[in-house]
Amino acid sequence: MKFSAEFEKRFAEMLTHYPTKRSVLVPTLLYAQDEVGYLSEEVIEEIAQRLELTQLEVSNVASYYSMLVTKPRGKYNVQVCTNIACMLRGGEELLEQCKGRLKIGNKGTTSDGVFSLEEVECIGACSWAPAIQVNYDFHENLDEQKMDAVLESYRKKVTQ
Amino acid sequence: MADLVSHPDEVKVVSKRFGMGATNIDRYLELDGYKAVRKALAMEPDAIINEVKNSGLRGRGGAGFSTGLKWSFVPKQASKPKYILCNGDESEPGTCKDRLIFEHDPHAVIEGTMIAALAVGAQKGYIYIRGEYRYLSVIMQKAIADAYARGFIGKNIFGSGRDLDIYWHGGAGAYEVGEESALMESLEGKRGIPRIKPPFPAVVGLWGGPTVINNAETLASVPHILLGGAEWYAGLGTPKNGGTRLFCLAGDLEKPGVYELPMGYNLKKMIYDVGGGIPNGRKLKAVVPGGSSTPILLPEEIDVAMDFDSVAKTGSMLGSGGVVVLDDTVCMVKFALRTIKFYQHESCGWCIPCREGTDWLKKTLIRFHNGAGVNKDIDNMYYLSENMLGRTFCPLGDAAAMPMMAFVKKFRKEFEDHLDGKPCPYEKAAEPALV
Repeated sequence: MKFSAEFEKRFAEMLTHYPTKRSVLVPTLLYAQDEVGYLSEEVIEEIAQRLELTQLEVSNVASYYSMLVTKPRGKYNVQVCTNIACMLRGGEELLEQCKGRLKIGNKGTTSDGVFSLEEVECIGACSWAPAIQVNYDFHENLDEQKMDAVLESYRKKVTQ
Repeated sequence: MADLVSHPDEVKVVSKRFGMGATNIDRYLELDGYKAVRKALAMEPDAIINEVKNSGLRGRGGAGFSTGLKWSFVPKQASKPKYILCNGDESEPGTCKDRLIFEHDPHAVIEGTMIAALAVGAQKGYIYIRGEYRYLSVIMQKAIADAYARGFIGKNIFGSGRDLDIYWHGGAGAYEVGEESALMESLEGKRGIPRIKPPFPAVVGLWGGPTVINNAETLASVPHILLGGAEWYAGLGTPKNGGTRLFCLAGDLEKPGVYELPMGYNLKKMIYDVGGGIPNGRKLKAVVPGGSSTPILLPEEIDVAMDFDSVAKTGSMLGSGGVVVLDDTVCMVKFALRTIKFYQHESCGWCIPCREGTDWLKKTLIRFHNGAGVNKDIDNMYYLSENMLGRTFCPLGDAAAMPMMAFVKKFRKEFEDHLDGKPCPYEKAAEPALV
């Protein structure tokens, strides 16, 4: 299993930060997922072996964290917050708008594999609501027009 | 990335370097950076703890426990290494303040963590940042690397002969991990499930060693206390509630934003003056004063000083600084449902009262909002919440139960208005107000 040089450098360094190998597990799974797209069986096996854990132990941890997934999803994961602060300022409407524009439901992926959609809990953008994250990028103070522009900007990135 | 705001009533302490380029270590040094830790190196550990105690600094994560007192619980002699763990798993709905600290002043968090380590005799500190805050992790990792490169952390810090390491750590999506024992589990590479207390982390924490866990804003406040003095800091706030804090104004407001105000600032003023009041000529219906787990306040309850003790007297809590304002178009059954849906989603499932209680509440609220509720459900929801209180390892069960009880107690009529298959009578109110 091959990860990027950056991943390997970070992984090796992080191992020196803790008294137990296992401690690097959670951030390592997320960085691995960023490279592969999801936590495939191969990734789980590789990380388990490196940290001297069983695959079951690794899967057991992975299943706990909402950002970690075991199935592929779109290149751009559109995460719409509908928690209280966003709900008050139109978060639910943004989610419905995304469903309509992308023609997928919550946790769905477009047939071209470009977009996934996910309703998420509070992302820490309450004072700039409604807000979404596309992968790790925040888009805040949105309305219908701005939401369309955000989707369009990512669609353009694919064709460029 | 997030927009900065300002208001004349602000007293900038934690936010004083926001927007000033302090992520750059040289700029941070120009702005009094790393002066406080040098001062701490020349102090006795007890003197540092006393200074923080006397400042009246209380935990900014929500519990409001005296920071100095927390530090004093760490045994002087310990057979295992001691640790400082900075809690940057900010996830309480309504709260978005630590984000700004990491974005604009990461070195202040590092410096505060260092001072805490010197106070309790720890040689390692971890700064845990939630997984969603990737861009902030990048900023923090660079800040740590820069501090190592200058010899501020690592071996023989500032030539003092003392070693002190500070590391970054990242999460991967979990509200529960913001609870201190679950945070330690997560850092140890496990599911974020809370530990039974006692023993408390100050005695048995990370890998069995004494551990102090402080919120990022709490730690970022510490260098300012050491430089300005306990008396100055305490004087900014109200008795037993020292200093300032970042208030996240959100919801139905003209000017939402994160504002740094003195502890004890009046909530009504915060909403109508600092936050600019309610838009579209609407009226105030209710306020969540400190993150979604704090019981909601009615308009007649908001003439209150925003410090831990004063808000407690209203039956709510100051919490994490997330002030969420609701105008009169909001359906409280729906708002309760969204609040409970969150806690049901985030319950780790370890303790049955929380796992089953949040699920039951959610199902009842869905039924209610769909017009299929029955009268006895109203009391059942209250009774169920009451029975979740204090019966779980961690406060997540309480965090769901407390606001739920307030929704029923203060908005009983709205629940009753949903009975007998009636469509939600409040959502219609979302149409523009008649001017």
